[in-house]
Amino acid sequence: MTATTAPARANPLGTITAKLELDTRLIGMLAALAIIWVGFDLLSGGVFLTPRNLWNLSVQTASVAVMATGMVLIIVTRNIDLSVGAILGFVGMVVGVVQARWLPGMLSFDHWLTAPIAVLVAVVTGGLIGLFHGWLIAYLAIPSFIVTLGGLLVWRGAAWWVTTGQTVAPMDGRFKVLGGGIEGAIGATATWVLAAIACGLIVIALGFARRRRVRFGFPVRAGWADAVLAALACAAVLGVAAIANAYPLPVGAARRFAEAQGIAWPEGGLIIPHGIAVPVLIAVAVGILMTFLATRLRFGRYVFAIGGNPEAAELSGIPTRWVLMKVFGLMGVLCGISACISTARLNAATNAAGTLDELYVIAAAVIGGTSLAGGVGTIAGAMLGALVMQSLQSGMVLLGVDTPLQNIVVGAVLVVAVWLDGLYRKRIR
Amino acid sequence: MAAGTTTLNAPVTARSTTPLVEMRNISISFGGIKAVDDVTVDLHPGEVVGLLGHNGAGKSTLIKILSGAYRADAGEIYVNGTRVDISSPRDAKRHGIETIYQTLALADNIDAAGNIFLGREMMTPYGTLDDASMESETRKVMARLNPHFRRFKEPVKALSGGQRQSVAIARAIYFNARVLIMDEPTAALGPAETQQVADLVLQLKKEGIGIFLISHDIHDVFDLADRVSVMKNGRLVGSAKVTDVTQDEVLGMIILGKCPPGAIPGPGAS
Repeated sequence: MTATTAPARANPLGTITAKLELDTRLIGMLAALAIIWVGFDLLSGGVFLTPRNLWNLSVQTASVAVMATGMVLIIVTRNIDLSVGAILGFVGMVVGVVQARWLPGMLSFDHWLTAPIAVLVAVVTGGLIGLFHGWLIAYLAIPSFIVTLGGLLVWRGAAWWVTTGQTVAPMDGRFKVLGGGIEGAIGATATWVLAAIACGLIVIALGFARRRRVRFGFPVRAGWADAVLAALACAAVLGVAAIANAYPLPVGAARRFAEAQGIAWPEGGLIIPHGIAVPVLIAVAVGILMTFLATRLRFGRYVFAIGGNPEAAELSGIPTRWVLMKVFGLMGVLCGISACISTARLNAATNAAGTLDELYVIAAAVIGGTSLAGGVGTIAGAMLGALVMQSLQSGMVLLGVDTPLQNIVVGAVLVVAVWLDGLYRKRIR
Repeated sequence: MAAGTTTLNAPVTARSTTPLVEMRNISISFGGIKAVDDVTVDLHPGEVVGLLGHNGAGKSTLIKILSGAYRADAGEIYVNGTRVDISSPRDAKRHGIETIYQTLALADNIDAAGNIFLGREMMTPYGTLDDASMESETRKVMARLNPHFRRFKEPVKALSGGQRQSVAIARAIYFNARVLIMDEPTAALGPAETQQVADLVLQLKKEGIGIFLISHDIHDVFDLADRVSVMKNGRLVGSAKVTDVTQDEVLGMIILGKCPPGAIPGPGAS
């Protein structure tokens, strides 16, 4: 689907993207996403592109998007992780048991520390499992495919073992915020404030980058190009905020909210917007952090060097095995975060949570331009890939497409996307 | 034996200085096959030593022991007369030993600056990569090696063979190497670029850097080297000043393992 931009190189659009120094692949993905969205909107008679559907879409994407950011680094190092869904299931069960059975006994019911402790347990448990996988792969030289295939079975089995198959519910009230829903959105005011801060940071970051290049005497983008970029980015941020704020709470929830806040319920009812959902904020924060890690830190540089040429990385004195172990540890941490999001969203811990997620996560990374040959991939691309996958699925659900047919379409899209991407790569070479 | 070789080498090099690097009685085996067997070589400041031998003679293996890629089973390495332990590429670099590998050992997906500083990145005070400073330094060092080089932002996979070679050379000389190992540095290059490398070797030699030049092109080596050491089947046939032997005699060393009168025979001489 990214190949849609390839012919653009010859026309004015191509020169504009070149001037703006935008990644043509990323633009291609955005174009593909736009086509999918508009297509579904037309087919569903205007139901797809409503604030409500887009808001739900963003919440549904969060869990896979978070894990996809880690999968990029794994695939970049020429490895694979088939166990992420199973780790999510196991960690989800542990988190459920910790907050629903252990902590109420130790602290008190609904204690404010319950949610932070549960999240900490999730992140640490996931991280330790990931580090253990990484150790087997990096230091015992067992292929990652095998280690994580084993992990897929082991952790799915372990997820059942935690409660011998029983579902744990409900979750702690504050913990549930992580999953979105009515309590899990930040409201209109906070959304606008966050959006304004984000816009400010975008402008500052672009300005700093430009000043730095000028100081070293490197070539810089034209001034108007930087201005256009800043305007586009800010428009995107404000647009997302506007959509999130255009989705009001349902009447019952709004009434409860108004009562809790001591606001009188007027005759015609109140329109209280959701605002951005908490899991979406988590995913965006993870995406920014992971991008920083991958592009601004030594660790990220080493990850890409290992993927580009493992022997060269070793000869450069990079501790390749330790880096690899950390990559898998990081993947485990991200599985822990996703486990919190999906457990909170379900308001229950089930041992089937995350089933098949490994495939969606890998597909998201690959659709997002991560090369299975290693060395190439971006965090933003993988998150967009997750959004594309989820859009396809939600759209088909809206249209009432049967589940088996949904799977057929998603599978076919994955294969076609990778094929088009291969064509695109050949073309730009 | 070790002491014998050193004293024997002294008149050959006609120097009284301590060698910059000395590898004594180095051996390494892979799966029961002795790839390098009891080899002793040394290198003085400002000297170019050509390591010659057929493919599979053990040249590259010997040099990978010095650059820290392999660990010798037996033998000692001395830098400036002090025994050192080189167990990783990092150790070698700490002792000022830099290597230009035959394969260049570049990460193809990363740009020139990223490759030159790989493993030794410049950092900002906040602990993030200082890409601007690295690019700036790269522009300086590349201006010296390859003035026409402009593609600083592209992954090195997009570069030509000569450009890639200059990135690999830049990485080796940027960090003030005292010992430079060049493994087949001109194998992938055209005539003009080969001449550039030759000029560079002479310039570095003037700066007092010692260079191990590995090649199977005997003409290259005779043009640039002060001495040659010849290996055959993992063993040292002998070492000689290029002025003391003819090219035919050196060919005889490479092919037959026969040590001519002008050379100091090693344990591999027949």
